[in-house]
Formats: sequence, structure tokens, C-alpha cells
Amino acid sequence: MPKYKLRVNGIVRTVDSSDADKPLLYVLRGLGLTATKFGCGLGQCGACTVLVDGTAVQSCQTTVAHAQGKAITTLEGLGSAAKPHPIQTAFIDEQVPQCGYCTSGMIMSAAALLSKKKKPSESDIRAALDVNLCRCGTHVRAVRAVMAASGQRG
Amino acid sequence: MNATINTQRFSRRALLKGGALTVGFTLIGLHKGAFAQGAAAARVLDNKEVDAFLAVNGDGIVTVYCGKVDLGQGLRIAIPQIAAEELGIDVDKINYVEGDTALTPNQGRTSGSNGIQRGGMQIRQAAATARKALIELAAKRLNIAPDDLIAAGGEVRPKAGGAGIRFASLIGSRRFDLKLDPKAPLKDPASYTIVGKPLRRPDVAAKSFGTATFVHDFSVPNMQHARVIRPPAIGATLTSVDEKSIEKFPGVKVVRIKDFLAVVGADEWSTERAARTLRAQWSDWSGLPAQDRLADTMRTEPGSTQQSLVSKGKPVAPPPPNAKKLAASYFWPMQSHGSIGPSCAVADVRADAATIWTASQGMHDNQVTYARFLGLPKDKVRLIYLEGSGCFGMNGHEDAAADAAILSRAVGRPVRVQWSRADEHGWDPKGPPQLLDIAGVVGADGQIHDWRTDMWIPQTTKGLLNIPLLGPQAAGLDNIVGLNTGLISQNGDPPYAADHMQVVVHWLKEAPLRPAPLRSPGKPANCFAVESFTDELAAAAGIDPIEFRLRGLKNPRGIELIKRLAVLMKWQTRSSPGAGTNAAVARGRGMSYVHYKHSETFVAMGMEVAVERASGKIKVERVACAHDCGQIINPDGVRAQVEGSILQTISRVLLEEVKFDRSRVSSVDWSSYPILRFSDVPKLDIDLVDRPTEPPLGAGEAACAAVGAALANAVYDATGVRLRTVPFTPERVKAELNSKAS
Repeated sequence: MPKYKLRVNGIVRTVDSSDADKPLLYVLRGLGLTATKFGCGLGQCGACTVLVDGTAVQSCQTTVAHAQGKAITTLEGLGSAAKPHPIQTAFIDEQVPQCGYCTSGMIMSAAALLSKKKKPSESDIRAALDVNLCRCGTHVRAVRAVMAASGQRG
Repeated sequence: MNATINTQRFSRRALLKGGALTVGFTLIGLHKGAFAQGAAAARVLDNKEVDAFLAVNGDGIVTVYCGKVDLGQGLRIAIPQIAAEELGIDVDKINYVEGDTALTPNQGRTSGSNGIQRGGMQIRQAAATARKALIELAAKRLNIAPDDLIAAGGEVRPKAGGAGIRFASLIGSRRFDLKLDPKAPLKDPASYTIVGKPLRRPDVAAKSFGTATFVHDFSVPNMQHARVIRPPAIGATLTSVDEKSIEKFPGVKVVRIKDFLAVVGADEWSTERAARTLRAQWSDWSGLPAQDRLADTMRTEPGSTQQSLVSKGKPVAPPPPNAKKLAASYFWPMQSHGSIGPSCAVADVRADAATIWTASQGMHDNQVTYARFLGLPKDKVRLIYLEGSGCFGMNGHEDAAADAAILSRAVGRPVRVQWSRADEHGWDPKGPPQLLDIAGVVGADGQIHDWRTDMWIPQTTKGLLNIPLLGPQAAGLDNIVGLNTGLISQNGDPPYAADHMQVVVHWLKEAPLRPAPLRSPGKPANCFAVESFTDELAAAAGIDPIEFRLRGLKNPRGIELIKRLAVLMKWQTRSSPGAGTNAAVARGRGMSYVHYKHSETFVAMGMEVAVERASGKIKVERVACAHDCGQIINPDGVRAQVEGSILQTISRVLLEEVKFDRSRVSSVDWSSYPILRFSDVPKLDIDLVDRPTEPPLGAGEAACAAVGAALANAVYDATGVRLRTVPFTPERVKAELNSKAS
């Protein structure tokens, strides 16, 4: 079976796949990295957003072949309770998630934004998170959290 | 607070050992002791017993068992706050177990915004009963009168000072053997130190670090992945299946039970591909009504029955001079629960027992339903709650769990079923359509002389524990028959004085698509109509909308709330519409007031909108909401619920309508069924009124009911155009603006 080498959260992982078009989403979840969620499989909802070489992408629309050799970051790799990313800290401080299903994707979109723009405006944040659908209505808190994570008052 | 979530995978061995708890949330970290001792068989589950809700463990930790589940709405902290406060122990000494039919008492479905109002109050009474018992035990040991003792900090001690006795030493690991005592004295709210505090929800950190286990993430050894293939038309039957068509996916096999068709395999992606590849023939079916004539179909449906819901006062005859007579018709379409994660469940069904992991809001009801179609005794079917994607009623969770149970029994192994996006949008049961006609007579002084609401809505079949489930239906298994919509006929009458008031419901025997409760069942539509029509009467009388409502309102809590809204909005008293209705971007403000079910939470809501004439696009710029749900347990939790209720309902009002042709739902993705995105989210100003000495009321959905009218009334104020059909899409708004102009 063909093998693919990916760098996931800093660790080189070799995965087997008979299908070069297997979505990265299924690869990651198969590795036990279940923070990244299946939402639509169509690239419409942002629940499966991860970083590929620092850019936010929908992992349901990225194939394992495309991800080969690239650096993938998931929510688990962004930070942890012991060493949280500032956005994670802000999401907890602002108590953003309700059901939490879309949270991972939101945080990854926000992380990509902050890596490119240290002090984004509110409208920058809204634009960056526009791909991330949320049914619980946590948008206002999410924007405030990203402002706080970038050292700004929301 | 050092709050952690612990989850552990459930092994078959653990299951066989008699049900050690798999998933628990604790405010103090893992307390394996409590779980290991708590063999399911030893649990008291009678919801009249204190032991069903509370256990004081030998180490002084108190385990609270809650039959209601946390869907992200914050019961996981609010319920421990209630229990800790009433018992007299720190909240971080509470261990919390939720939604497991083997461990938690049946407190009814987690619905109707009743988690705190009913479920929490049962637990408060259990804790009060337990506190009374603990004080009596200590009184004997200390030889001090109970009245001279106090329970606090996990011990009972003399009020006058001196050494106390720890709860664990009084009763640790033993049962109370007490019925809930409705007369057990409750603490004076003035003495509260835990209730009313914005303590953090314990699941938020794990959700932010990606360590929370959703039902989608859960697995058991030997588990198979499955996809169910639904027919291309709702009522179609399966004619033939070409099993050879998926030969190239080794290890994936077809399961067919009558019209129930699925593929099952060890690898999820191969199973998914096989599901997409499998060739099957289905019969034709086109039994749905025409969507563009749905309202007419409802109005004229044969066999509908009438019921008078409200009949008060008598008509003023003849109406006073200058009185104006108005009539209008309002329509709310079918809507999807719109869960971001398509439904998922895991089931392990054996010959003599079954375990089902599900995100459903109705664990105990489902236990009965699933036992019936599996042919097992109820107590041999265990349901364990795991969080899912927010469902806001009954989305596909109940169906997915039934699918998994059917398939696990068929293949003799645990099975995980994951629905697709098209499955969820196409097959989740829908919020039903609602049609309302309102006629009224208003005097020049704003007095409502006459009001009549007629509503056409599907009728819920009495006594249904669940909805009819897709899997059992297709597989020819024992299934529920009937309709379940939730309580959708409430709030058809305004809360304002009227000389004559009537509400008549025309119960429809059928619904176009399978209905189910959707957040705040029925009330968003009824209050949209009632509060829009109230605004129409106010405008006809030339009276400011707030002034009009205050003239007709008697409830002092309602009056205070509307006045607080006026402050929040910096409301300028004038009648609608405002000046500038012909501007290229017309701006306006509107408001609505709702007393939820006429007996629960009070909401006054105002909105500021901008309507772009050229495109018809409505931008909600600001929402102000004054909210009174009685005693607030956790203000940040309430605030989050109100925020969510407002934003979700703005989405429903502006954007959402299930589309269908004569055979199937055609809006099966997020482009054909769009919801609110970040760029369209308004500023929110929320004013929470806390009334510590009043009973706590639900906060999870009342604000939903106020959204539609506040928005429509703001659009009227901006443009002079009344929007009476949801959703307010740009096309619809543009057409209305043009028809007014011409």
C-alpha cells in the first residue's frame, strides 16, 4: 500500500493509504487526532480547519497526497493545558465554546490570522472566521477572544 | 477553578463488570473511587429518592447524578452550583455524572429550557432533604438541637462555634434512604455564596484544547464503521442492491434489512467510499406537497380539527368611532436543526443486552424506544450520553443511534454510524411549518378592542416518547407512529389587555416532512406573528411601539423589563415608520416583548437594522435584550444562552428555509441552506435581571421567541414595509420594497 510522510504537530508520521485522494481529515482522525471535526466534507463549514504549512485549510478538501511532506498543525498541536496557545487561553477566559463542535476549526482559523497579522481589526477577525459556521451562536465571544489573544480589548 | 474533564474509553470488560462509569465530568479531577464503587446495579434510580441524585462518598466528595444532559448550555456547572449551595459544600467537592440510564435518574428529556427550572429544582430539593438529614444526624451525635447547627464547607457544625462533623463521617458511602421532602427547608437566597456566581463551565477547556470526547470521537474495541444509505425519495422502497458494485473495497459489506440499506467496514474512509459507490435501485415516490403552495395546502387541508385555545372577554359592539380594523397573515417555514456535525452514534448490541452511546437529549425516553424495537427488556438497554454537535431539539441523533443499534445487532459487533452532511440536512426531523392569521381592532387610544389568532399547525400525537425513527421504519421493526412537534401552540395571544381575545388552532393531521421539536418549539413563529401584529396595531393608532405595549401590560416584571430595554436602546418615543424610509440604506429600530408561555421567562428585545434598498439585504447592526429568568444560577451561563438564542434565531429569520421538491429535501448542504456567518453578526447588549427570591426559569430558548418580530418591526420602522413571511431573504425584501414603491 502506498505510504505518505507527513509532519503532524512536529512529528513525522508515515501513513498507508490505498487512495491518494483520501482526505487529510480522515488521516488525522485515524491517527487519534480527533480535535479536527467532520462537518460537511464539502469545504463549506470550517469544522475541519487545520494549518498546512501555516495556512488555514479545510482538511476535508486536502488529500493525503497533497499533504505529503508538509507541516500539519491541528488543535492538539497548537497548544495544551500545560502550554496553551494564547487563543486557547482567550477562548477559555471568554468561555467561548458551547457545544464546542466548531471550536477547533475556529481556533485554527484564528491562529492562521494571528500568525500573519499580530493586531487584526475586528473586521479582519470576522473575515478570517467567516468560513467557520457556528450553530450555538458563540460568534461575539469568539471575536472578543481573538482580540484578547492579540492583546487588544474586544 | 481547576476544572477538568476526564474521559476514558469504555472497554468490553468494564461493560461486563457491571458498568463502571465511562465518562464523567468532575470539578475536582478524576475520582475513580466513586465510579468503581458505583456498580450500576447498586444505584438507586427512583427519582423520588435522595440517593438517586446524591451520594456522599467516604472521602467527602459528593457525587451528583443528573438525568438531564449538558449540550453546551452549562448544566454541568449550574447543577453542581445548585447542589453545592443547598447542601453546604464547596462546588469543587462535587463530582458530576450525567445522562446514563444505568446511573442517573429519569428527569425527563433535556428540553423546553427545563434543565434548571425542573431538573435543577429536583436536585435542589434532594440536596435540601439531604442537608436536613445530615443536620439531624449531627444533632444526635453532638447532642445539640438541629436549629443550632449549620451545614457548610462539607460539615455540620454548631452555629455558636466549635468543632463540626464532616459529611463523610456522618453518612459517607451509605445511603440516605430518604424520599425527596418537598418541605425540607431551602436556604435563604440572601445567604447564597455559590448560586449566582459566573463560575466557569468545566468542559470549555477540553473543548479548547481538543481533548473533549464527542460521540463522533468515541470508539470501542472491535468497532466497525457504518454508513446508512437513505433512499433518493422519502417514501421510496428498495428494489435491488448490487453488492458486487463495492467489491473493490475489501472488508466492506452490505447490510440490507427490507428497505434499510447500509455498508459496514473496519476502515472509515473505505466504508465512506463504498457508500458512495454502492449501486441500488429504489422505487419512485413523489408524495410531498408543492412547496410554493404550502401555506394554501395547510389552510385548506381536509380533516383538520379546530380547537379554541383562548376565549376571553366579549366584543365591543359597535366598535368605537376612529377604531381601526386590521388583518394579516404570517408564515414560518420548515427549518432544520442545522447541526454543524452530522449525527453520529455508537452501539454494542448483544443477544441479551445493549449499550448505546448517543448525544440525544432524551436518554430515558430513548431507552424505552430502543428496547422496543430491539426486543429487549428496558433495563437491558443502557444509554450513555456523550456530547455531540449542538442539536437544539431532536436532530438526527435519535435516528443515528437507532441505525447503529440495528447494524450492531446485524453484524454482531459494535458499530459506529456517521451521517453525512446531506443525511443531516435531508433527513433530520424538521421544525414544522406554521401559518397564522391575525385580525384585530384597535382604538385611537391604543386600546385593543378585539383580537383573534387562527393558527394552522401539525398536531402532536399524545403520549409519544419519541419521533418515528428512520432505521426501524425502513427495517420493518417496531416503530413509533405519529407526529411530535413540541409545544408549538403557545403564545398565540398577546400579553396585552384586550376587550375580546380569541386564539383558535386548526390542528393538521399531517406535516410535509417528519417534524420534531426545534429550539423554542413554535414560539419564534407565534411571537413573530403576535408581536408583529401588535406593532401593526400600534402603527395604525399612531402610537410609539413601547408606549403602546406599556398601556396594555399589567405584569410589573414585564413593565420593568420594557422600561429597561428603552434605556438600553436609548429609545426615542415616536410612532413607526420613521423618517427616511426611502433612503438607499434605510435605518430603523423595532422591539418586541415576550412572556414565554405566559408563565415563564420575560424578554424584551430591540433591534437596529439597516436595509439596503438596491439589494434587499438586511443588516442587523445591534440587538439589545433585557431578560428576566428569575433567580440566576450562573450569570455567564445565562448570558451565553441568550447570546446564542438571539444569533441562532436571527439566522433562522433572515436565512433559513428547508427546500423540497415532490420527492425529497433539496437543501442538503450549507450553500442551499445557509446560516449566519461571522460577518453578519450584530453587536449584542444584554441586560440580565436577577431576581434571587423568585424561582429560576429557563434561559435556553425564551429569547428566541422575541427575535422575529423585533427584526421585522425594525425593518418596518426603517422602510415602511411589513415582512410577514420568514425568511427575510434579500430577494423577498427587495420584492416587498418594490411592490410598496409601485
